[in-house]
Amino acid sequence: MDRLRQAIQRLLAPLRASKYERELDAEIATHLAFAIEENIKRGLPPAEARRQAMVQFGGAQQSREKYRDSRSFSLLEEILQDLRFTWRTLLKDYSFTIIALVILALAIGANTAVFSVVNTLLLRPLPFPDSHELVWIAPPPSTCGLSCATYSADAYEEFRDQSFAYQGVTGYGAFSTPDNLRLTGYGEPQPATSIEVIGNFFQVLGVQPAKGRLFTDEEARGGPHNVALLSDVYWRRQFNADPNIVGKSIELSGSLVTVVGVLPSSFDFGAVFSPGAKVDLFSPLDLNQQRMWGNIVTLVGRLKPGVATAQALQDAERIAPNMYFNVKYPQTLGRYKGALIPVPLKDYVTGKLRHSLIALWCAVGAILLIAGVNLSNLLLARAAARGKEFALRGALGANRGRILRQLLLESLVLSGAGAVLGLALAVTLIAWLAHQGSVALPLLSTLHVDLQALVWTAFVAFVTAMVFGLLPGLRTAGGNVVEVLKDSGPGAGLGRKHERLRSTLVVSEVALACMLLVSAGLLLRSFMKVLDVDLGFEPDRAASIKVEYDDSAPTEEGSQTKRGVIFQEVLERVSAVPGVEAAGMADYLPLGPNRSWDTPVPQGKTFDPGQVPEPLVYIVTPGFFRAMGIRLHGRDFAWSDGPRSERVVVINESAARVYWPGEDAVNKVLMRGKEEVRVIGVAEDVHEEHVEAALGSQVYYPVTQQGPNGAQLVVRSKIQPSALAGSILRTLREVNPKQPAAEFRPIRMLVDRAVSPRRFFMLLVAAFAALGLLLAALGIYGVISYAVARQTREFGIRMVLGATPALVRRTVLGSTLRLAGIGIALGVVASLICAQVISSLLFQTPPRDPTAFAAAIAVLIAVATVAGYLPALRATRIHPAAALRCD
Amino acid sequence: MPESKLDLLQGTLDVMVLQTLAAMGSLHGYGIARRIEQVSGDAVLLNQGTIYASLVRLQQKGWISAEWGTSDNNRKAKFYSITKRGRRQLSEDAAYWHRLAGVMRRVLALGIEGDGK
Repeated sequence: MDRLRQAIQRLLAPLRASKYERELDAEIATHLAFAIEENIKRGLPPAEARRQAMVQFGGAQQSREKYRDSRSFSLLEEILQDLRFTWRTLLKDYSFTIIALVILALAIGANTAVFSVVNTLLLRPLPFPDSHELVWIAPPPSTCGLSCATYSADAYEEFRDQSFAYQGVTGYGAFSTPDNLRLTGYGEPQPATSIEVIGNFFQVLGVQPAKGRLFTDEEARGGPHNVALLSDVYWRRQFNADPNIVGKSIELSGSLVTVVGVLPSSFDFGAVFSPGAKVDLFSPLDLNQQRMWGNIVTLVGRLKPGVATAQALQDAERIAPNMYFNVKYPQTLGRYKGALIPVPLKDYVTGKLRHSLIALWCAVGAILLIAGVNLSNLLLARAAARGKEFALRGALGANRGRILRQLLLESLVLSGAGAVLGLALAVTLIAWLAHQGSVALPLLSTLHVDLQALVWTAFVAFVTAMVFGLLPGLRTAGGNVVEVLKDSGPGAGLGRKHERLRSTLVVSEVALACMLLVSAGLLLRSFMKVLDVDLGFEPDRAASIKVEYDDSAPTEEGSQTKRGVIFQEVLERVSAVPGVEAAGMADYLPLGPNRSWDTPVPQGKTFDPGQVPEPLVYIVTPGFFRAMGIRLHGRDFAWSDGPRSERVVVINESAARVYWPGEDAVNKVLMRGKEEVRVIGVAEDVHEEHVEAALGSQVYYPVTQQGPNGAQLVVRSKIQPSALAGSILRTLREVNPKQPAAEFRPIRMLVDRAVSPRRFFMLLVAAFAALGLLLAALGIYGVISYAVARQTREFGIRMVLGATPALVRRTVLGSTLRLAGIGIALGVVASLICAQVISSLLFQTPPRDPTAFAAAIAVLIAVATVAGYLPALRATRIHPAAALRCD
Repeated sequence: MPESKLDLLQGTLDVMVLQTLAAMGSLHGYGIARRIEQVSGDAVLLNQGTIYASLVRLQQKGWISAEWGTSDNNRKAKFYSITKRGRRQLSEDAAYWHRLAGVMRRVLALGIEGDGK
């Protein structure tokens, strides 16, 4: 107890040191006064009285030391002393300090930022309670897109009722398009995006409303309830965070909907399930109403505690053969065999990114290494300059440990300050990243620098300081005192040893930079290959807008006719807008959600069950192919292809190859059940799912013969499409005053969004490679400059003896390039391994792509030449006389 | 004579300070030092300055407390007094020293007998 008490007091003592010292001084003064007084009383003369008092007291300085020893741990005070000293030296040597801080801040900042990204996307669980229990239930991606990863209303209910593995199974309607609703009553009609979710969606995910309530069981069962939950963002943006929103009715696409609650800000549907998308509101999915619509819902389940994914898979395999696509049709039994595969939700959301993220993490790790090596180099240079200071301190009694401690403390202070700056950098970077709505990466909006990132930063800073501070520290403190003191001029003893070490460091720096450059080069090449992919359509100078229309009619034929009339009018008016080259409509656009719900077969052919191709289906107007820039062989749809005329279809090249291999598909007949459909054209394959994915079958039907799910107007223009936004919206409002102010999206944006994750990683790795290159250049420059400075006298003598400046320059450049050459050779070997590791991230680029390697080597040699040329130039500017006089 | 003065054993000074404070009540540093010298009949070699290291040690352990006050001759000084815990500690220490002294006396007596044989 008392011991502990004393220990605490001693620990605190250094903080109160000055107060203690002052009190002690006062006490000693009083003590002496008492003693002198007493001595005088005894009859001694004042001078003698004073002398006696001092003798009796003993050495005042000694007792102070003793006092301090018992008062506190002297180690702590020594460290505080060292810290003050460090502070002073760093301030004095401010150019060194600034360079070291910039290097450290960049490296540590990059590391913290990337750690935050990796932590959010890979390490941290999804933002739901007990998120490890959540699974995504779908087969692996295939060519028929979303339709093969979704289930019918019947299938959902069968699965839910028959499985044993789940606490709850839920899902959401997978085929909604952005801006699918129109909000009126708040100024101009505004577009809104809603998703239909199965009633228990939020309960299964474990999301509690921030305001109001979730859907009730009654509402979950379906029927006309007209209720909605708002997302936090939408509530704030559209309703100014109205505190009384719950219970209010809002008008959405003409019907009144009651707001029953607001979801918490921590719930971001898009971030988890649909990267890059924003969802404004949620309504309960009416399973009964959509029972005949085929595959419409995705499945998400919450496993019972302790149930493993493997058990869930067995459970699903048991149920799948007993499931009907539609219970009314017995022949649809077993359609989902092998198509119910639960995977942890987290894997579904971020699994694809694992490799990229790990590569990114390695890249910043390499940056940290390069920065650390550079710091080490700087400290070595400083240590060389301060060698005499330390030798002197050693001679005066400072022990080796104390000097080493001082050096370590210096690098700790440097890296600590660097970490603080780096942290500021990382926070800025992360805040910026979190608002990159156009990057289709999951969970991006949830990015922030959290406590774990802080701990990581501290760890990185500490390790950097220890590893890279210790090396020069050991070097310096280990030096022989006499040798250092003797080593009066540049060009002898320790200097040479230091130089060897520094050269080794530079070689490793160049090798690391080489690896980064090669990786960045490979990723850049892949990215360019991706941009070069023939998408099957022309994304430039085209834009799309969601069109509102009312085609309600008592019969399907009536509605087809009415739709035809409306669409024809819209397209005629839009085409008349100056600058518009072509216009057309489709229910879905490429690189977004898509559906396959139709299995036509060529007339006279049969497929085995399960072998029937399931093409993606698009319902389009005449002019769509021209507006999208899709090349067509055969003819386009015409307005005359009406409800009563011959059924027609356009298929893509892949479908033609499957249906009639080696033949021209135009004028062939496809059977949809008993209905004959004539193929009038074959369209180029369009990348529907993913720019990098393989292509599947696609079929197009005219709007006048099929019911589209909404309409996206595509406009191809002669001028920048954004310039047309106003006039197109005005034209649409002339036809339909209710048309909301939906966003006019360039088609290029769809492509940009689709390739955004690749662009994101490529840019980051390229930025790190540039940073690595810069640091390596600094390293080379530093070492060569130092060597030149050391050899000043030698060069002077050589030039006196007749060496030309050109020869001296060549010597310096030669030694630079020798270092760079060794570094590059090592780097190329390491890069070959590294490229193999990242080969899964490359697209149509071999890991040994000679262009990437050659470019990296060329850049490194060029940079090394520049970094070496500047000191070489300085070497030749030395006046021989000055050089000889130099110390 | 300085040569014949006793060197203080480790830890003895603390006990002396505690005992002095227990007997005399509140005292300042000089007073404690003088008191120890007087009691020992000037037989102890005491650098008066070392008393302050002992005082801070005892204070940190919570065995004595300190307060600034004014002396009889109107000088500002820090007055120390023993705490309850200090008294408890002192009784333990006193018992220890008595035992040690007893043992030492017997052991040394033994040595003389041994010499006598």
